[in-house]
Amino acid sequence: MRALTWHGKHDVRVDTVDDPEILNPRDAIIKITSTAICGSDLHLYDGYIPTMQAGDILGHEFMGEVVETGSGSTLKKGQRVVVPFTIACGSCFHCGKQQFSACDNGNPADNQDIGQTLYGQPMSGLFGYSHLTGGYAGGQAEYVRVPFSDVGPIVIPDGLEDDEVLFLSDILPTGWMAAENADIEPGDTVAVWGCGPVGLFAVQSAFLMGAERVIAIDHFPHRLELARKFGAETINFEESKTYEALLEMTGGIGPDACIDAVGLEAHGFFVDNVIDQIKASTFLGTDRTHSIRQAIVACRKGGRVSMPAVYGGIVDKFPLGAFMEKGLTLKTGQTHVQRYLPALLAAIMEGKIDTTFLISHRMALEDAPKGYKLFHDQQNETTKIVLKPGMLAA
Amino acid sequence: MTDVPQTDTAPLSTSKRSDAVEQTSAALIDDKGDTLVGKTVTINRPRQFLFDYWRDFSNLPRFMDNVERVDVLDETRSHWVVKAPAGHRVEWDAIITEEEPGEFIAWSSMEGADVPNSGRIDFKDASGGRGTEVAVTILYDPPLGVIGKIVAAMFQREPAIQARRDLRRFKQLMETGEIATAARTRAQYEEEKN
Repeated sequence: MRALTWHGKHDVRVDTVDDPEILNPRDAIIKITSTAICGSDLHLYDGYIPTMQAGDILGHEFMGEVVETGSGSTLKKGQRVVVPFTIACGSCFHCGKQQFSACDNGNPADNQDIGQTLYGQPMSGLFGYSHLTGGYAGGQAEYVRVPFSDVGPIVIPDGLEDDEVLFLSDILPTGWMAAENADIEPGDTVAVWGCGPVGLFAVQSAFLMGAERVIAIDHFPHRLELARKFGAETINFEESKTYEALLEMTGGIGPDACIDAVGLEAHGFFVDNVIDQIKASTFLGTDRTHSIRQAIVACRKGGRVSMPAVYGGIVDKFPLGAFMEKGLTLKTGQTHVQRYLPALLAAIMEGKIDTTFLISHRMALEDAPKGYKLFHDQQNETTKIVLKPGMLAA
Repeated sequence: MTDVPQTDTAPLSTSKRSDAVEQTSAALIDDKGDTLVGKTVTINRPRQFLFDYWRDFSNLPRFMDNVERVDVLDETRSHWVVKAPAGHRVEWDAIITEEEPGEFIAWSSMEGADVPNSGRIDFKDASGGRGTEVAVTILYDPPLGVIGKIVAAMFQREPAIQARRDLRRFKQLMETGEIATAARTRAQYEEEKN
């Protein structure tokens, strides 16, 4: 089959590799019909994530048709499914608590050592996202092997297009959980850092959960315009001072809840950001963290901070004093995708959440390397690229 | 054995004190060495279920990477064949020295073993209905000479990591019915197993 493979920083290629096979009873093989490039794929593209190996197949947002099933799979050939990016067994203690991204068993035993050393406990498995999270082949390919297929994939009813449901795989539940983690109360003002796909879904989700006002922060005019379409007020941090603007816009109180949907590749030339970049390039620190610092400082006293953004390492100059003195709450984590799928599929079918607005480009799988470059270089216009293995190359 | 009273309730295998091995070996039925491995894992399955699976030693190679096969000789004796680097193998006979169904199994290698070893596995109910805490303690004494070097390379590099990985695979098999693999093809899968 053809698959998008990683070879190094800013070097991804479409190669011919062996087709996946059923290896465990609960496996299924999915023929990919649509797969998206995620903002967090750019972290891999930029070489920020350790434990990548040349030839690794990327992609953790995908859907397709079931073409083969193991004896323990509950799927049937011909079904259309969206596959969660988190690989969860459904039977461990954490899965029992619906903490699917904390699954004990989704990550192969030998690969758990790295996470155990870095984080104290091993991570769950993720598709196409380094060997830290299992080393599983991703879905930017013609076919993919899906373990625990009786737990993860959600069957899509007829009449829904791929483009309407594809984002159930990651960014829609991630934006939704980001808002849920902000514990929104009626009348709240919610600030969202980053108007990428997760931020924009967090904006929609926050309103659905009862926020009275949402203030979205970014510097790409097109993305801010999309946020305004969903009713958000906006701050362009290149034109306005974010902390000052947030305080003025909330009558001096600060937002009730702050959502950091930016993460470890925050843009913008702020002093701490530049220092972080120097540290990152000299291996003194790994994460560039302007947005989370700002969220903590801007948040109102007793408020809530939600952090869907991806961080991987250790930071310093974390405003722990502000965090403590103001009595804030922080919730974060990889998304427990499986927990949210039925409700979010229903919300899409009822027209409560718009998903297709996000897609700016549809491309053939063969054009994926061009897609990565475009997404990396032109983030204003490129909101989401969907790869279609069935499409002819441009 | 120095008799320093323990001032906490953590497992002896996690002790910073040099006499911890001595104390742990005293807890075993038949002490076979001074290299200690101790690991605990929580498995979301009933105690008796886990005990029964483990008690049939011929099951162990399914999740113990180094163990090629275990022949069950009779009610208490078994013959172990374990992979070593460069295509070598080490073998020994082991005997169950004590057991309590659903609670623990203690074993010891018999006279003439390539790697004298002894240990025990304990099963106890985990708190909060989380299933069973499974604790493995192994003591072994790698011999000198050529075979000793092979065995040292096999066991001593990171014996705690090997035990931890084996216990994770046991947990995966018991909780999910299979052992997770990231392989994409059958060929990759076979390569990983060897």
